[in-house]
Amino acid sequence: MGAARVVVTGLGAVSPLGLSAEEMWTGLCAGRCGIGRLRAFDPAGFPCELAGEVPEYRIRDYLPKSHRKAAKLMCRDIELAIMAAQDAVVHSGLRTKAVDPDNVNVDPTRMAVNFGAGMISCDLMELAPAVAAAVVDGKFDLRQWGSQGLPLVTPLWLLKYLPNMLACHVGIIHDIQGPSNTITCAEASGHLAVGEAAQVIARGNADIALAGAAEAKVNAIMMVRQCLLKRIATGCSDPESACRPFDADATGSIFGEGAGVVVLESLENARRRGATILAELVGVGHSHNVHAVYEKLEPDGKGLQIAIEKALDDAEIGPENLGLIVPHGTGIPDDDRAEAAALQAALGGAAKTVPTWPTKSMLSTTGAASGALDLVAAVRAIHEATIPPAKNFAGAADGCRLNVLTEKRVGPIPYALCCSYTHGGQTAALVVKHFDDGGPAD
Amino acid sequence: MKTAANRQRVVVTGMGVVCPLGNDVETLWQAVRAGRSGVAKTTIFDASTFPTTFDAEVKNYDYRRHTRHPEFHEGCSRGSSFAIGAAAQAAEQAGIDLEAAQPADGIDRTRMGIYLGAGEGSLDNDAFFGCIIAGWDNERQEMVWPETTRVALEQMQAVHELEQEPNMAAAHVAALTGARGPARSCLTACAASTQAVGEAMMLIRKGDADVMFAGGAHSMIHPLGLTGFNRLTALSTRNDSPETASRPFCASRDGFILGEGAAMLVIESLDSARKRGVHVFAELVGYGSSSDAFRITDMHEEGRGAAQAMEAALANAGLTYKDIDYINTHGTSTQENDHVETLAIKKVFKERAQQVPASSIKSMLGHLIGAAGAAELITCVLAIRDNLVPPTTNLTDPDPKLDLDYVPNEPRQMPVNIVMNESFGFGGQNNVVIVRRFED
Repeated sequence: MGAARVVVTGLGAVSPLGLSAEEMWTGLCAGRCGIGRLRAFDPAGFPCELAGEVPEYRIRDYLPKSHRKAAKLMCRDIELAIMAAQDAVVHSGLRTKAVDPDNVNVDPTRMAVNFGAGMISCDLMELAPAVAAAVVDGKFDLRQWGSQGLPLVTPLWLLKYLPNMLACHVGIIHDIQGPSNTITCAEASGHLAVGEAAQVIARGNADIALAGAAEAKVNAIMMVRQCLLKRIATGCSDPESACRPFDADATGSIFGEGAGVVVLESLENARRRGATILAELVGVGHSHNVHAVYEKLEPDGKGLQIAIEKALDDAEIGPENLGLIVPHGTGIPDDDRAEAAALQAALGGAAKTVPTWPTKSMLSTTGAASGALDLVAAVRAIHEATIPPAKNFAGAADGCRLNVLTEKRVGPIPYALCCSYTHGGQTAALVVKHFDDGGPAD
Repeated sequence: MKTAANRQRVVVTGMGVVCPLGNDVETLWQAVRAGRSGVAKTTIFDASTFPTTFDAEVKNYDYRRHTRHPEFHEGCSRGSSFAIGAAAQAAEQAGIDLEAAQPADGIDRTRMGIYLGAGEGSLDNDAFFGCIIAGWDNERQEMVWPETTRVALEQMQAVHELEQEPNMAAAHVAALTGARGPARSCLTACAASTQAVGEAMMLIRKGDADVMFAGGAHSMIHPLGLTGFNRLTALSTRNDSPETASRPFCASRDGFILGEGAAMLVIESLDSARKRGVHVFAELVGYGSSSDAFRITDMHEEGRGAAQAMEAALANAGLTYKDIDYINTHGTSTQENDHVETLAIKKVFKERAQQVPASSIKSMLGHLIGAAGAAELITCVLAIRDNLVPPTTNLTDPDPKLDLDYVPNEPRQMPVNIVMNESFGFGGQNNVVIVRRFED
């Protein structure tokens, strides 16, 4: 039995460049930077006060009436996931329960959902009154917490912060009753979730999947973590030039928030309903660092190299077939160098010639969401036969000999490679193909 | 995407566990056979004023005993430390060499992967609560953020912060084993490690890997974990009798018992196991996943999602409800789960529902959250090996509405060939795996 072919029929995004995949694409094409001075809280005291924040929104506008009461159970990560999922479903033309309850054109039991999520940091404000009630002699006291603090925590508090709730809310809203998973591999989560959802369809366990990831890193504790791990850019006050993937002047990354979602569908299902097919997902690869310095990608990029090689092998293509690489490219010098090493080892000479388009200079590093946003961007680039210009690349950092394009390029992209990795060491790569209508559905 | 020319059969060749009933597989199994309880007063932190003052803790455990390179894992979280021990045991049983630079065990490291259902590590409590206190202006009821930032930057430690990430247990297993194959970590709440095993099995079937470390690791026994579950009123508060507090399917059940641990299976393609000449403990034959799509706070009233996952697993295995000898239930000891799970079993097993033994070892083990499913799956494999169904202990006052055969209080010797293992997560993610006696 052959595996079903899996195509992309919808794109959704919430990012520092706007509240839809359309706005993100327009922003990327214009080389617009979504990074600015952090607004969610007073960032004074951080060595870098910049972040990539999504524009203001009202979550109620995205919720069907039946799910509005659940809004109080949503942390920001969940909200972003819901918004991007809505964007993707509408774009795909699927009529789920949330979109058009009277004219549903999907079988809920044949739909899957797979969301990547980060470690969600709770809202400190929300906990503060309870914590304040547990202070004895100026210090937090556990016994006092148990008797005085704990009762002040809102009863359903935990449910706001469980990472699997992204998939659960999206599943409830769109009435998705098939396979459901939550990948928690930090910045590799997006690609891993999409890759697994594609495999769920390929093996016949679902016809349609909503897959992607969301994370809101704009939180004081999250920002502190990035500082302690020395991942944040230093000495920069200009948002436009702060994040510089693979550039000689890079000093670190800028962190932000977002969500990216793709609608995946078996080719047969997409054809049956006459959907617009944006691209085909043809290769999934993943591997792991073996390196006990967990906060860095291993210097030779071996784990990422293997993931890329596996994705190409899965797609049954060689490096010369690639027309676009969307790398993880965070602007953290050691990691960028290791990623470049991985690309060079996996792709050989092609690493120096295939157009490479890092996006985080504009989108910031959005944790789990980053791979999903990159995939949305790559699919759109294939569909439009356009590679927007990279930003903040003036000269390659040592060891980063990649073909980073600073000018827009127009022309067919037969295949695109997206890759990502995370501290801790999971690595992931996806290969997306320009869809040509032909051939059997499996 | 490529597929294997032939669908690979997937078998279990190694198991390891670190849990409240013991820090190796046989100790766990002896405890389960004897109906012992792993539940006792909380000792990890002072929980004496919490609504629940007991839990199921891992005791007398040190991950350093399991590796020649403890320095690779310095500062790891409790959950990750458990994962290291469970993985080392499973590797040893499966004949996987963790020591040699060029292992001669016949496994290509790029085809040996990791799939864990794993949870977050504990916060650095002093620093976390300290920075909130520093920033909170009680009079104006608002945060003075620069104060919080200052204290957090001063007191938090990079390693402790990093080790909280839920993907870190898998990272430690990678450093321990050198696995370069497919790597994922998921967190579908209480269903996570069953899902991990199921998806790992799919990766082998598809031909993406020959060998996978599949399982889970989790400890939510920390102040905010206990707080969260207590506020949800999901935990038992039978503080005067911890050992009898976990009472799945009992009329007087009043919540689950927070546990911790790790469980790991080495699963591999039958071709690989044969080539390496290792012992096969059982075969994984079915996996099903579903979502309730109902409510965040409640399971679907009729167990629609749970039943669908069971049916999906049966279909995936090419079996019917008539083939199952034993159901290892999710059986958490909450009013809702045990009721809904019973309904779901009745829906799927029809006229056989009352004949198929369905027990919950959470009555002894407590609820290991992300690690629960894999630990329970290990007991399913042993149930097949020994033709013995573990009991549901503390089943002293049966709930008249729950009328299945829960194997009350005593293990049962009977032929066991095919077992269904069920796990259902908060929010409605359901996963079921079917394991079967291996026949060549």
